[in-house]
Amino acid sequence: MSDTIKTDIVIIGAGPVGLFAVFELGLLDIKAHLIDILDKVGGQCAELYPEKPIYDIPGIPYITGHGLTEALMQQIKPFGPTFHLNEMVTTLEKIGEPGFRLKTDAGKTFEAKCVVVAAGGGSFQPKRPPIQGIEPYEEKSVFYAVRKMENFRGKNLLIVGGGDSALDWTLNLQPLARRLTLVHRRDEFRGAPDSVNKMRALVAAGQMDLKIGQVASLEGGDGQLLAASIKTKDAVERVACDAMLPFFGLTMKLGPVADWGIKMDEELIPVDTGTFESNIPGVFAIGDINTYPGKLKLILSGFHEAALMSQQAYHYVYPEKKLVFQYTTSSTSLQKKLGVA
Amino acid sequence: MSDVQDVSPSTGAKSQAMPKITFIEHDDTVHTVEAELGSTVMETALKNDIAGIVAECGGACSCATCLVHVDEKWFPIVGPPSPEEEDMLDFAFEVKPTSRLSCQIKVTEALNGLIVHTPSYQGR
Repeated sequence: MSDTIKTDIVIIGAGPVGLFAVFELGLLDIKAHLIDILDKVGGQCAELYPEKPIYDIPGIPYITGHGLTEALMQQIKPFGPTFHLNEMVTTLEKIGEPGFRLKTDAGKTFEAKCVVVAAGGGSFQPKRPPIQGIEPYEEKSVFYAVRKMENFRGKNLLIVGGGDSALDWTLNLQPLARRLTLVHRRDEFRGAPDSVNKMRALVAAGQMDLKIGQVASLEGGDGQLLAASIKTKDAVERVACDAMLPFFGLTMKLGPVADWGIKMDEELIPVDTGTFESNIPGVFAIGDINTYPGKLKLILSGFHEAALMSQQAYHYVYPEKKLVFQYTTSSTSLQKKLGVA
Repeated sequence: MSDVQDVSPSTGAKSQAMPKITFIEHDDTVHTVEAELGSTVMETALKNDIAGIVAECGGACSCATCLVHVDEKWFPIVGPPSPEEEDMLDFAFEVKPTSRLSCQIKVTEALNGLIVHTPSYQGR
């Protein structure tokens, strides 16, 4: 286990609002670590609509989700934030007034004065197929992620899906597996053409199977899968398998936030609109995850919330100092922090 | 201006009757609602609290949680999905030949009377 990472603030969620919080905090000399469950920054902008246009960022008539993420990364560069991607915060515990200890599913421990929950719609987690009776097999013989390839050596594997995850794992696991079957609903794949060609070559060489259809039911017991029924165009085929890996993309789920003792309203965190603090002093919530009278789930609202949150956080991080409000246009000290003076 | 009261209300001659769309839930609950021309079937569902339409991404064709099965006789009028939508359907479950993402179906006069079936489960 690694040493505890000590920082001023931990930001949970590296979407646009979490990223902009780095900027506002940075102007006030507050250092941030960001933790995100995705393998990339940008949150929904990166995962749901990287190529889709956003028309309501003030002063920017048109920008894509990807473009906005890139621009924010450039804007916060002077403040050198540290990113912990592919990680989910599992626990949050109060250790000071304020002061918090956070742990992630990657085994990291953080200690921070304040915590900013900028988790949007929650954490992106794999979609679970609605196959009746799938639950008892999950994490035993049905897996939504591959942690250790070796676990699949010598097994009969069923991979379901047609995107890059499904194809990449097909190509990576095929040499280890006893027999690998890929199931996809149509004979077209949206994954990288090179991966599709390699997969088709393996099928042509008889080294794996490809079934066009959808998984209809599972067979097995005590969490151990024995076979799956694949509904193809005009038949139902039974395929023996020891493990199944469905790859149907991601969906947003609230996740562990609900278990941290923060007061929630439905799946949102009520906040004070002067400070964007939750009911726990030092725990802030900004962006789509918070709620208050008149709340709009807009990126621009999140930016405003980040600015006000930072003012309050300053008092916790530097309790002895007085905060003088300054403009980036005219303040030499702010411009030095931005590296432009 | 003195003639301000003579201005026709917005429901005047210019607007046509709103197309009607019927949503049938998996448990056969039927909702027939009016849809705004130019909006989408997904937006119509959300406005009318139709169960079974999640629309997690808000209509960006990025999440496949607004799946509907278009009624067989309406499918030729609604038409098939675009390649982009077809890719996204890979993320949906129990996809049928007449399945569409409702955020990608624009409401037009030709769709007056449209019938769609909502699934029991949107991949979540």
